[in-house]
Amino acid sequence: MTMDFQTVLFYVFSAVLVLAALRVITARNPVHAVLFLVLAFFNAAGLWMLLHAEFLAIMLVMVYVGAVMVLFLFVVMMLDINIERLRQGFWSYLPLGAVVGLIMVGEMGLILGGSYFGLESLPAAAAPEAGFSNTKALGRLLFTDYVYPFELASVILLVALIAAVVLTLRQRKDNKAMNPRLQVRVKAADRFRIVKMAAEVEAPVVANEAAPAAGQEGSKA
Amino acid sequence: MLTNFVLPNLAPAYPELFLLAMACVILLVDVIGGVACRTLVAALSLVTLLICAVITAGTATGETTMTFANMFVDDAFADLLKMLVYGAVAIVIVYSRRYLRDRGLDKAEYYLLLLFSTLGMMVMISANHFLALYLGLELMSLSIYAMVAMDRESARSTEAAMKYFILGSLASGLLLYGLSMLYGATRTLEISGVLQALAMNQSNEIILGFGLVFVVAGFAFKLGVVPFHMWVPDVYHGATTPMTLFISTAPKIATFAMVLRLMVFGTIPLAPLWQPMLMIMAVLSIIVGNLAAIAQTNIKRMLAYSGISHMGFMLLALSTGVVHGHAAYALAAYSSALYYVVAYVMMSLASFGVLLLMSRAGYDVEMLEDLKGLNQRSPWYAAMMMFVMFSMAGIPFFVGFFAKFSVLLSVIGAEFYIVAVIAVAFSLVGAFYYLRVVKNMYFDAPSDAAPIVATMDARLLLSLNGLAIAGFGLFPGGLMSLCQEALARSLY
Repeated sequence: MTMDFQTVLFYVFSAVLVLAALRVITARNPVHAVLFLVLAFFNAAGLWMLLHAEFLAIMLVMVYVGAVMVLFLFVVMMLDINIERLRQGFWSYLPLGAVVGLIMVGEMGLILGGSYFGLESLPAAAAPEAGFSNTKALGRLLFTDYVYPFELASVILLVALIAAVVLTLRQRKDNKAMNPRLQVRVKAADRFRIVKMAAEVEAPVVANEAAPAAGQEGSKA
Repeated sequence: MLTNFVLPNLAPAYPELFLLAMACVILLVDVIGGVACRTLVAALSLVTLLICAVITAGTATGETTMTFANMFVDDAFADLLKMLVYGAVAIVIVYSRRYLRDRGLDKAEYYLLLLFSTLGMMVMISANHFLALYLGLELMSLSIYAMVAMDRESARSTEAAMKYFILGSLASGLLLYGLSMLYGATRTLEISGVLQALAMNQSNEIILGFGLVFVVAGFAFKLGVVPFHMWVPDVYHGATTPMTLFISTAPKIATFAMVLRLMVFGTIPLAPLWQPMLMIMAVLSIIVGNLAAIAQTNIKRMLAYSGISHMGFMLLALSTGVVHGHAAYALAAYSSALYYVVAYVMMSLASFGVLLLMSRAGYDVEMLEDLKGLNQRSPWYAAMMMFVMFSMAGIPFFVGFFAKFSVLLSVIGAEFYIVAVIAVAFSLVGAFYYLRVVKNMYFDAPSDAAPIVATMDARLLLSLNGLAIAGFGLFPGGLMSLCQEALARSLY
């Protein structure tokens, strides 16, 4: 059986993708896990490139690798994660989890790997005409037929924004920042008031009671 | 370039658009007004829901209209369910306002997230496309996760939010995977298109069945039915009571709409495949929910398990629509399921409403003992709670009785006699823990003598809610025919 170059590429990308994804969950060091995730994204982008989805592939690299993962890397480096505590029980749960997972993969493989999703049962994709632009087609669909889900996705992002603010924004208890608006508007009358007090009459000093008090004050000074 | 582009007809989606615009306005009001505008924000949210209801009622023609490239459907079913969602969310706002204010939790974001969650529900209810359905579900769920986690001081709330978030994401993943299989088999994402593709009978049944398993597992998680119910008691218990009130009401209506859109509107030709799945989950939920509720001492956990058994009853009705390949009973079965959801939401609102009414600053009604002697403290609200408990137990003549009765009628109509017997038997088991609450309220001495403080609007609404439970039990015909009418117009 001869394989053309594209098929070879497909298997290379897929194999590296699966291995990288496995390393993401097994790596001891969280920084390594993030880097393996970056590798997984690169290979997924390669697979999409093989499917002629150039725009999506580039977006995956730019958005996920360029923005999200770099941010994630920063967060992971900043946080003091006790990896041993996180991995507690990993090996004791592994046998059962692996058995259940393998059974599920096997069963799903029986259905998906069979003739139902084979190349024969699906019509071959029409070859794109010359000058066909994937990006342009995506853009047109996104803002015409798919404008409704597109807007919904933006509302979801807005909710994520509001949720992130409400869950993390907190007024520090020892915050000494002033509100400038209030500072400017303050009037003298707000800050001090003149209280009329009766003149104090000095009480006659009783000698044996006043002596220790005076001594205390002296020692403080 | 865009010669063939036609601007979508926005008219059917006016309520959604209005809600979205108002949510943004309220966001700005909060930013500009600050803490002083808390009452204004709550009032604006209520007014928004009211105007949405007016728009929905005003544009309800009973006809089915599609827009946004057939992704959005506006039919009688959607209109009815949206009205119910507005009502439920408005009642949640009124009930929970004082509780939140007492604890300093009445941030504007609470109302905003409620409104965004409502928007997600409306999108789900009106979805005619897997993508819209999924995005609506995520919009609803994401807002709820954030709302559960909003009480940051409480470790229990954070834990509940974490559990809800992780299991909810898993469920979304399962649902999405199942939907992708349905897409692979029918080559369309449009729900009405799936129905047409299935009618042509060219799709591979094994792939369809495989996809359906994941779809059913996904929405079973969201409904909280056995064996996907683990999160329900923990989240109900851990979340603050207003959140529990919200989670147990409006999202159930939206999830019901999602189930009906996916199963009945989309894949009814596959009913022989999914009906047994629903029935197994329904019977298990009725058994486990009712048995586990007996052992609870925390009333929120008890109501969570009772909610599981109620959702089981609802699924039972859905699983009896198609008998021997004939859909003769379908309308009766699906409208009894709808009626059951409406009844459950009504009862759930009133039960958590009473808990909120009895709570005050620094004191939460959580345990069954806290209800002791409610009759001596407030005979009227004790009566309301008694109505709810009798109704949940299925004692005639309350709304819950008629709901259970119509579900059982459709089960017997489909000739599942053993299932009907199990459902009745475990409803009787359930009566034990509902009546225990009534016994606590009427025959035990109060452990706490503080007077009940509540705002006038909450008192009034709770009374109406309790009376509605009794009223719809005495005159169930109107609501039932409304459910039937809405489904008949939308399905055929």
